[in-house]
This record gives sequence, structure tokens and C-alpha cells, in this order.
Amino acid sequence: MATAELLSFEEALAKYEPVLGFEVHVELSTKTKMFSAAPNAFGGAPNTFVAPVDLGLPGSLPVVNEQAVRYSISLGLALGCSIAETSRFHRKNYFYPDLAKNYQISQYDEPIAFDGEVEVELDDGTVYRIPIERAHMEEDAGKLTHVGGATGRIQGAEYSLVDYNRAGVPLVEIVTRPIYGAAERAPELARAYVATIRDIVRSLGVSDARMERGNLRCDANVSLRPHGAEKLGTRTETKNVNSLRSVERAVRYEIQRQAAILDAGGTIVQETRHWHEDTGTTSAGRPKSDADDYRYFPEPDLLPVVPSRELIAELRAALPESPTVFRRRLETEYGFTESEFRDLINANLLVELEQTVGAGAAPAQARKWWLGEILRIANSRGVEAGTLISPLHVSELIALVETGQLTDRLGRQVLEGVIAGEGSPDEVVKARGLAVVSDDSALLAAIDEALATQPDVLAKIRDGKVQAAGAVIGAVMKAMRGQADAARVRELVLERATSVG
Amino acid sequence: MSDDLTRLTASHLAGLLAAGEVSSVEATRAHLDRIEQVDGDLHAFLHIAGDAALRRAGEVDRLRADGADVGPLGGVPVAIKDVLCTKDMPSTAASRILEGWIPPYDATVVARLRSANLIPLGKTNMDEFAMGSSTEHSAFGPTHNPWDLDRIPGGSGGGSAAAVAAFEAPFALGSDTGGSIRQPAAVTGTVGVKPTYGGVSRYGAIALASSLDQVGPVSRTVLDAALLHDVIGGHDPHDSTSLDQLWPSFEQAARAGAENLDLRGIRVGVVRELSGEGFQTGVQQRFDEALALLASAGAEIVEVSAPHFEYAIAAYYLILPAEASSNLAKYDSVRFGLRVTPEGGGTVEQVMAASRGAGFGPEVKRRIILGTYALSAGYYDAYYGSAQKVRTLIQRDFDAAFGQVDVLVSPSAPTTAFKLGAKMDDPMAMYLNDITTIPANLAGIPGMGLPVGLAPEDGLPVGIQLMAPAREDARLYRVGAALEALLEDHWGHPLLDLLPADFGRHPAGADRIVPLPGPGTEPDGGTH
Repeated sequence: MATAELLSFEEALAKYEPVLGFEVHVELSTKTKMFSAAPNAFGGAPNTFVAPVDLGLPGSLPVVNEQAVRYSISLGLALGCSIAETSRFHRKNYFYPDLAKNYQISQYDEPIAFDGEVEVELDDGTVYRIPIERAHMEEDAGKLTHVGGATGRIQGAEYSLVDYNRAGVPLVEIVTRPIYGAAERAPELARAYVATIRDIVRSLGVSDARMERGNLRCDANVSLRPHGAEKLGTRTETKNVNSLRSVERAVRYEIQRQAAILDAGGTIVQETRHWHEDTGTTSAGRPKSDADDYRYFPEPDLLPVVPSRELIAELRAALPESPTVFRRRLETEYGFTESEFRDLINANLLVELEQTVGAGAAPAQARKWWLGEILRIANSRGVEAGTLISPLHVSELIALVETGQLTDRLGRQVLEGVIAGEGSPDEVVKARGLAVVSDDSALLAAIDEALATQPDVLAKIRDGKVQAAGAVIGAVMKAMRGQADAARVRELVLERATSVG
Repeated sequence: MSDDLTRLTASHLAGLLAAGEVSSVEATRAHLDRIEQVDGDLHAFLHIAGDAALRRAGEVDRLRADGADVGPLGGVPVAIKDVLCTKDMPSTAASRILEGWIPPYDATVVARLRSANLIPLGKTNMDEFAMGSSTEHSAFGPTHNPWDLDRIPGGSGGGSAAAVAAFEAPFALGSDTGGSIRQPAAVTGTVGVKPTYGGVSRYGAIALASSLDQVGPVSRTVLDAALLHDVIGGHDPHDSTSLDQLWPSFEQAARAGAENLDLRGIRVGVVRELSGEGFQTGVQQRFDEALALLASAGAEIVEVSAPHFEYAIAAYYLILPAEASSNLAKYDSVRFGLRVTPEGGGTVEQVMAASRGAGFGPEVKRRIILGTYALSAGYYDAYYGSAQKVRTLIQRDFDAAFGQVDVLVSPSAPTTAFKLGAKMDDPMAMYLNDITTIPANLAGIPGMGLPVGLAPEDGLPVGIQLMAPAREDARLYRVGAALEALLEDHWGHPLLDLLPADFGRHPAGADRIVPLPGPGTEPDGGTH
């Protein structure tokens, strides 16, 4: 494809004001789908997580997933939205084979949540308030795989395969109002906004929010207008930008591309754009008009959603601290850096960390264990770290290490035991006999035994070759089956060398 | 023997089965024999279950012999409209696009029939996707009216009505979106009930218009309809629009109605707008006579007005096609059903278009186009939006009327059965045939059609429609059973005893005309 002309970012910003807007789709992590009892799960052989509703079979009827409604309300509240006393599903009609019924059940003019605001903080602490127009519930579509074409797109493909496992997965679509005033920070803000949404849904526990799996998908709207102009420029919508870095790059690219077109006296075509990760560019998708005719009408198979005031109050009371507030607190209380905090967010371990500290562990130790050994094991097994071990057990384990009853190495063995379901850290220590041997006489006996087989070691040490002690330490640790504090063994070996000499 | 068993009502047959005087295999075989004998003329069935029905009947007989409780209708055969999903029979809604399609599940109503140990005989013919009033729009050929083979059996449920009228089944399931149970009942001399919207599950009923569709019973007596309604009704968590409430026994309501013919205290409202111009003379006459009978039994007859009914058909023919255009979008050949690939292959859009072009009949296409237009941007408010407002006004008309009376009545249909082909080129004339039945669907209230005699001018059945407020279906069974008993006392036999054995191959004769109610039965309080 032809490479578009670009204006430099600085020049683009000098001439035009970028206006942003985002539609973020969040897949909810309910057990079952939005309107059927089929599992809502990732992976699985194609077309195995399906019920008649998901395949659009004749006679089948949708039933609203109550948990999805609760999650949507929680998310709406966390976005500062009002929750509609009554909201309704509509049918959005269009023919496309990833949509089994050839209509999508979505919400139209009566969304469940509306009029919110989200605080987004950039790395340097600058805060933007992003106005949220609405958050509405809908169902995801199936997945098409186009086979035989060069591009993997439908154009030129010989045939297409369709997998309805994703069809009917509950989605919340979060739509912002136009975002003004970001200027040269627009790309950064785009990234930070999506990251904030991700942090919010993770802290709520309503979505796995893994962008690489499509749990969280961003469509980025960008338009430019000359500085001082009232009227908004024509916008493009770059679809499915699926990493934070790509969101930032795509917005920057569109600003530069549109600026070059406007600068040359051209006009922007209102259309969707595809993001290309490899080249860092966008290309034209389908034309999009504000009057796309989806023939919306109220879904007659479903009743309006009328959440009780009690339910809304209950969900509001159960809201966790916002990630922004939580982060500020952690930064001051625990002394974490921005990047340390990011790592915890990325591993979805904020709650676990707080509970571990709450159970008595030092924040730095808690962070070290969760992001170190526990996360390593979780990654190797492909599971969430938080599912492996309870915060209470982690804090008990940390206490054993801190008081010297376990070395780090023994601690890792105890961790394995706890994860394997052998009991609490104390129980694992007892069952496996893993306590550190702190009785010097037992250590000295082992040292003497080792020295007997390596008689020249003491002489070497006395000659200043202190590293020679390593062989004895290794032998002692082996004899003690690791249940010794290596540092203490080293001290004793050195003492023995000097005292004998 | 065989012939005798098919003439029995479902409740009578159920009694013989319970007493061990007849086996379900015998009863089922009798009906299958009857189907074999007459369905070549009628074409009421699209699929006959045959072996499966006999096998199931044998199982129920064995259960009963082992002392199991097989339920009050255990072993009684039943026919099922092809709009309902059945996992052991094709379910096509009489459309080419679903020819041979066997669903992986039973409709809730079918599952309830099976767990009540009823014996499905087969699937009955209908207008394609229930769009029509004559069953002529079936992709698999029309059903003929057993009163006169040259005439329509009504629609869309002409197959179920004809099968029941011609003793091929004691009763059947139908579906009613704008009269598809009640109008066929009227023109075949049978009983049909459209329950309160939400009273019977729609799960597994192939959707025409979701906000109007309702499954209901088709039978030869009010009691049989009640028995079947008791089996299929009640809340279903798979249908979000299903009412979550307990329902009274409709069987008890029907029995109470038939036993107590004193109708003093019952106020019967005659809808002024559903009479007069466009209503056949003999239809009006038999309807008036039925009112006279009700009055003679003590009912108070009053006239009520429903001023917005005149907009009902216009509103209905916007709402129905709008919902249908969306409900029928799923028939695209991608996952199931007919697939037509254009010569030399084609894109998925071209295959969808070719499949829908070949798979849908002209009436279905007409309504899809109408509905697509009515929902289009710029037209929505004028068409779909206005139609919904009319719907609200009609509901208010009913509310006002039921403030004055207990039940409303009208003729079930403006005419007796018309000739096959008479209205095929005039969709508007066909649509107008449902003028009496559509308001109940728009308002979600229950309606019952039952026979009140034969029109003197053509010797064909005439029906009366009773309507009650939403959730008051039991009232229909009580008043309906009373009226049925009064009529049969008067005639000396059920109306279907007059069904011509040769299905009207000969011109209508005077012997088929029911005598008028005698002198002295004129109401003194009648004001219509």
C-alpha cells in the first residue's frame, strides 16, 4: 500500500488542534455469555462454547445474564456515571456472517450508564478529566478467519471460517465525549486513558482486560481543526488498536497523516482505519457516516433492565478505591515507584498486595514475592498469580523468612508446597522438615567433616584465597540438605581457618 | 373401532385410556389410519411421525401398565404446528429455506407435551413463517378445508385446525400472531385459544413477530383446549417475556362453565367497531343468535366502543413486518437451511442473497421489504413509532371496555371460509380478514374462538371470539364452556357432527344448515 504523506508531529500541532474520542470495548469475565448459558471462556476448539442463541438458531431466545448487568453497573459507577433507572436493549441490524442472527443485541438510546468522568494521570502527574458519554451493554460477535488471500482480510480470500465461541460474550462499550485540549500530549493521553480504563476494570474484577486477547479493545477517533476554529474537523476511527503502545502510535500517526492532507488543501474522509502494527501506519477501512442505517428498534425478546435502588447502592458500596486513588496511596504509604506500581497492575495483583500487607508483611517484601517467584510460577502455568496462593499465606511465608527461620531458597520450596496444596507455610515447613538449622554445633560438625576430605582448604584461606571456602560451604549445604544459612556457614568456616591457624 | 376413537374428544379419550378400555397404541393407530385415509385430500400435515408415535404410545402404555402416573392426558395423540421446534421431526415453518431442518432442541411447549406423555402425531401445515390467513402461502402446498375442499382452512394455522376438524387429531398446538389460531378455528368449526401474551413460552417457536406471537391450543371443545393449555402454560425461564406467575386450572374453569349455565352477573360487551360493513350476513346472524343465547342464560349484553380499532390493521402491518424483517435475517444459509450458490461461486453476500431469494416465498419477501422500510432511518418515527403509539391507544380502548364488561365478543372472522386462490392476488383483502383478531395481539390479551353455527347462505362454519383482560384466560374458559354447552343443547349435538363425510365435494345442501334458535330465545336486554 502507498505510504501516506505525513507532516511532522511538531508542525501538525503548530497548525491544528487534535480532538480525540474513544470507544473502548470491555469483555466481561462472567462465567456464561450475555444471553445464553454457553461458557464465556477463551480458547477452546472452534464452535464448542455455543448455545442455540449464539448460533442464531430458529426459535431460540436470549435471556439477560444478571452477573453481566451487575458488572456493567459497577463499571458505570466506577466511571462516575449515572445508572439508568430503566434501560433497554435494541437490535442493531446488519448482515455479516460473524453475527449469527444478523443483528447485534446492543443498547441504543437507553444505555445502562451515562454522563461520567474519568481522571487520567500522565506520567508527569498532569491530570486530565475525560468526559464519558455512556457505557452500554452488548454482545460480542464471532471471529472470522479469511483463508487464501494475501492480506488475511476478506477481500481476495478464497473462503472464510467462522468461530462463534466469542459470539455473545458480554461487552461493555465505553464511549467518551470529544476530548479537547490535549494538544501535543494527545498520543500520551490516548495511551493513559486506555490504561486507566484497563486499571479500573481490573480493580473491579469485571474483566481480565488482556488487550492481547482482545478482552479490551480500543477504537480511537481523531480529528483536527485549525487553532481557534469552532467547528470540529472530520474524524477517522482507527479500529481495534490492541496494545497501549499502539494506541499512542496510532493517534500520533493519524494526527500527522490528517495534518498533511489538510495542509495540502485536501479533505479528510470520514471512515474507519485499520492499524498496522508492523509498519506503524493506518489504512482506509470502510466509509462511515453518522447516518449508518442499522434500523435500531427495541429488542422485543427482552424486557427493560430495571435495577433496584438497593442493588445500585449495594454495588456502589462495594466499589474498590479507584486505581488512581489507590496508586497515590500506595505510592505514599508503601513508597512504590511508578514502574513498581505498573508491574503490580499488569500482573493484576493490587488487591493481593494490599491484603498481604494488611496481614503484616512489609510492602517491599510483599511486592518482591508476588512479582517474583509467585508470578514466575503463575506465568509458567498460564494462570493468574492471584489464584495460586492466599495473601495470608504469603504474609506468613514472608514472616518465616524475615525471622530467619527460612532462607530465601527454603522459602521458595515452602511456597511450592503451599501452592501444591500441602497446607499453610508452617505446615509445609513441618511436613517437609525444611526449617533452617541454626544450631552451630551441627554446622561445625558438618564443616569438620567437609574439611577432612579437603584438607588443603584451610591453608588456602590463610593464604588469602578466601574463595576457597566456597567448596566447603557447598559441601556443608549439601550435607545439610540446604537447611542451613549459607552466610552463617561461611562465617564459621572462616573462623575455623583463623582459629586453627 | 378405529373410526370411533378418532371421533372422541381428548378428554373422553383420556378417560378411556385411564380406565384401561383403550390403549394409547390403539388410539394413536386410529389417528394415523385416519390421517392415511384423508390427508391426501386435506394436506393438513407436513410430516407424519408414524413409527415414532406408535413407539412412544407403546412406551406410555407400558408405563401405565407398570402402575406409573402418566398424567391426565397420558397417551392422547396431539398434532403440532410446524412453527414449533421438535428435535425428532423437521421444523420448517412451511418454508423452503428450512426444508428438512431438524432442530437440536424441543420448543418448551413440545417438551411439556412430551413430559405429559402426549403422543406427537406429526407437524401441521401453515402459511410460510405464519404469514397469511389461508395456509396458501405454505411452500409445500395449501391445506384444504374439510367443510369444503375448495376453500381455505384459514391461516396461518390451517393445518392444525383442519386436522382437528377432520378428526385426524383430537387436538393440536397452534400459534397466533394476529389470529392464526382463532381465524382457522372460525372457518373450520373448531375451538382455538390465543393465551395472554407471556402465558405460554415462546422458546422454540420459530419467531414471526416476537411482541405478538403466542402459542396456544386448537381443539374441538373448550374443555380440550383448557386441558392442553394447562399442559403447555406457565413460566419458562428460557423466555424472558414469559409471565412469572401461577395460573389457575383452566380445566376447572371450563368444567365450572359447562356445569353452571346461569350467566347472571356476567357482562358481555359487543365491540361496535367489529360488526356491520364487511361482515357477511350469515356470520352476523349466527353471532347475534349466540348473543341471544348468552342473554337467555342471564348474561347482560352491552355495546362498547373501541374507537382506535380502525387503526389496528395499519399498526399491525408495520409492527409485524418490522419485527419479522429482523427475526428472519438469520436465514442466510451460513449455519443451517437452504444454501444457493450463484453460478461460478460468489461472495458471502451474494450467497446470502441467492439463498434468501430462492428460499423465501413472495409473501415473506413482501413483509421483509415492508418491515425493512418501516425501520429505516428517517421513517422509523412515522411508521414503527406511530404504530407503537396506536398499540398503546388500543390497549387503552381495551382497558376502558373492560372497565364496563367482563368479556368482549365479536365474530372471529368477518366471513366464512373463502375459496382457495380468491385473495392470493390481493394482499390487502387477505390482511383485512384478520380485523377482528389483531387487536387482542396488539394488546396482549387472551382471545378464544369457538363455533356458533353454519352460515345459512353457504353452510360454512361461523365463529365467535371472546376476549378477556390480560391474565384472565380462565374467564374465557368459563364463559366459553357455558356458551358451548348452550349451543350444543340447542343443536342437540356438536357442530362438527355436521362435517360432510366427503369434505364437501358436493354442493352445499340444505341438510347442512343448522336450524335457527327457536322463538323465545331473543334477549330482552340486548341493545346491539
